[in-house]
Amino acid sequence: MKRNIREVARVIRSKNAGPYELTLDILFKERRWYELFKSRNIVNEDLICQLYKVSKEDVLGIIWFEPVSAVKITIRRPCPSGSPGDTDIYGAQQHAPLLEIEFEAEE
Amino acid sequence: MKEKKHQKGKGKLNQKGKDNLKKKAIKGKAARSNLEIEAVEGRKQRLLNAALDLERRDPNELDRLFPDGFRVLSPTAILGYGFPPESFLRGIERNPHLIAVDGGSTDPGPFYLGSGKSFTNRAFVKRDLRFMLVEGVKRNIPVVIGTAGGSGALPHLEWCKEIILEIAQEEGLSFKLGIIPADIPKPVVLKALEKDALKSLPFVPPVNQRAIEESPYIVAQFGVEPIIEAHRKGCQVVLCGRCFDPAVFAALPIMLGFDPGLALHMGKILECAAIAATPGSGADCVLGILKGDRFILESLNPARAFTSASTAAHTLYEKSDPYHLYGPGGLINLEQTTFTELGDGRVEVRGSRFEPIQPYTIKLEGARPIGFRTVCMAGVRDPIMIEGIDQILEEVRGQVLSLMKKEGIHGNLYFHLYGKNAVMGSREPHQGVSHELGILIDALGDTQKDADTLCSVTRSTLLHYGYKGRIATAGNLAFPFSPSDTPMGEVYEFSLYHLMEISSQRLFPLKVEQVEGKKGKGGNR
Repeated sequence: MKRNIREVARVIRSKNAGPYELTLDILFKERRWYELFKSRNIVNEDLICQLYKVSKEDVLGIIWFEPVSAVKITIRRPCPSGSPGDTDIYGAQQHAPLLEIEFEAEE
Repeated sequence: MKEKKHQKGKGKLNQKGKDNLKKKAIKGKAARSNLEIEAVEGRKQRLLNAALDLERRDPNELDRLFPDGFRVLSPTAILGYGFPPESFLRGIERNPHLIAVDGGSTDPGPFYLGSGKSFTNRAFVKRDLRFMLVEGVKRNIPVVIGTAGGSGALPHLEWCKEIILEIAQEEGLSFKLGIIPADIPKPVVLKALEKDALKSLPFVPPVNQRAIEESPYIVAQFGVEPIIEAHRKGCQVVLCGRCFDPAVFAALPIMLGFDPGLALHMGKILECAAIAATPGSGADCVLGILKGDRFILESLNPARAFTSASTAAHTLYEKSDPYHLYGPGGLINLEQTTFTELGDGRVEVRGSRFEPIQPYTIKLEGARPIGFRTVCMAGVRDPIMIEGIDQILEEVRGQVLSLMKKEGIHGNLYFHLYGKNAVMGSREPHQGVSHELGILIDALGDTQKDADTLCSVTRSTLLHYGYKGRIATAGNLAFPFSPSDTPMGEVYEFSLYHLMEISSQRLFPLKVEQVEGKKGKGGNR
């Protein structure tokens, strides 16, 4: 059965990590969802490239953070914060594509 | 010798504060023991001429010296964001050893550093500071303010100092004020560039001489060392330029021999105050209690609590790597960190380690002016226009810019199309369009006049543009305001976000001043 990540995540957010990086956090509601996503490598470089239309060089890292059952993805900002043409100075509204992630669940 | 004399003088100046302290020691729940006071004073003496090889004390010894822990009060996430007075007074009742607050961020963008202006509100910075200074000075609790004025360059430092002096006059407060500027002289940065000692952070283009020269203020995030210097000199209030956010909380306990990994990690959480509690808030007070081998976080508002999840989640916030928090001279390693709920709304943290990195590097920040901006906001409801909007805007842009070129006006034009990809731009995965659009005309020119002209001509061209299929011939835009255009002033971009190797902390020279507040004057509270 296909399920949406919104059912299993309690936080999905984006924010600047300095003026040149955008960092995305997914915090899972329960440890088992974290384990499932991590073991199946659901959040991976290819998925991020596809969701954000960026190249692999623009993905700084995907880090699984066990203490709080979370995964953190850091990518290049489209332009430095506040430069001409920037659309989101704090980078706080760049998380929406993550809300579309779907996964197969047995239950 | 000098230090002895100074200590004597300090005792005189703050006699009232010491009396208060004594009173508090009798009444307070977590009073300071003589051992504690001795530990603080003895450490100051010993460190006087020592280099910064801060010897750590044995955790058991620290717990004997500070039986109730080293208590740090953090009133708010950013100075000027406010806090409930009740929470603050609850913190004061715990008789903290230190009151510290973070003042800055690069999040609001390059304008504030480049222009020397604060992104926080003066009236509320003064309001927050008044609580901190009145209680801190009267009780002889050191008050440390990080990244003055939001960006921590010289004008921000001056701005914040002026507020401190006003409060001192109005409240009749006298104290020793330490000021630590974070501005790095351009010749130093240029020399570092020449010696290849500037390192770009990820995605940051290499810096060049021109970018350095065009940046009005270049600041660096300093670490705990210059703040320790201020504590050693007995400064009651320490006003810092741009600094590493956790440093204002960690400097004093590190000076006293606490573990730097724990002190800095606690500072990292305290700098955001109640943001790391649940429900989170950027405008409420928390207390950090540092022990020999752990620290404890406590909300000062009974409506909030720390949980292991809220605390651990905070280490993710605004950082690219939650396990390794890089700062001046090293990193906080959280690979072995544990978060344990104590069952009473408090969380205990253990295992964070500081790892020094050689050579010692600091992060430079700079912004430079790139022109002037004028904006105009208007709405579109016509479905025919909305259908062709991308092409219409391209045509208008081309027409206006070629007209400007002929007039010798240089500029750039951006359309932020709300209702169609304004927030995510080319990264937007959805193809949908709203039934109405907001068009924000964003005109950049070399001068304000040029930007005004560009914005005005774009607005009038778009208003009456005869796009393909048009049947509404009276006007294409719905303006919410008259006047429709707003000059926004000078525009900046980040020019420096680089690591620089340093060999001395002399780049951050402490200035000490005696502030004498006259009693009974002012007082317009």
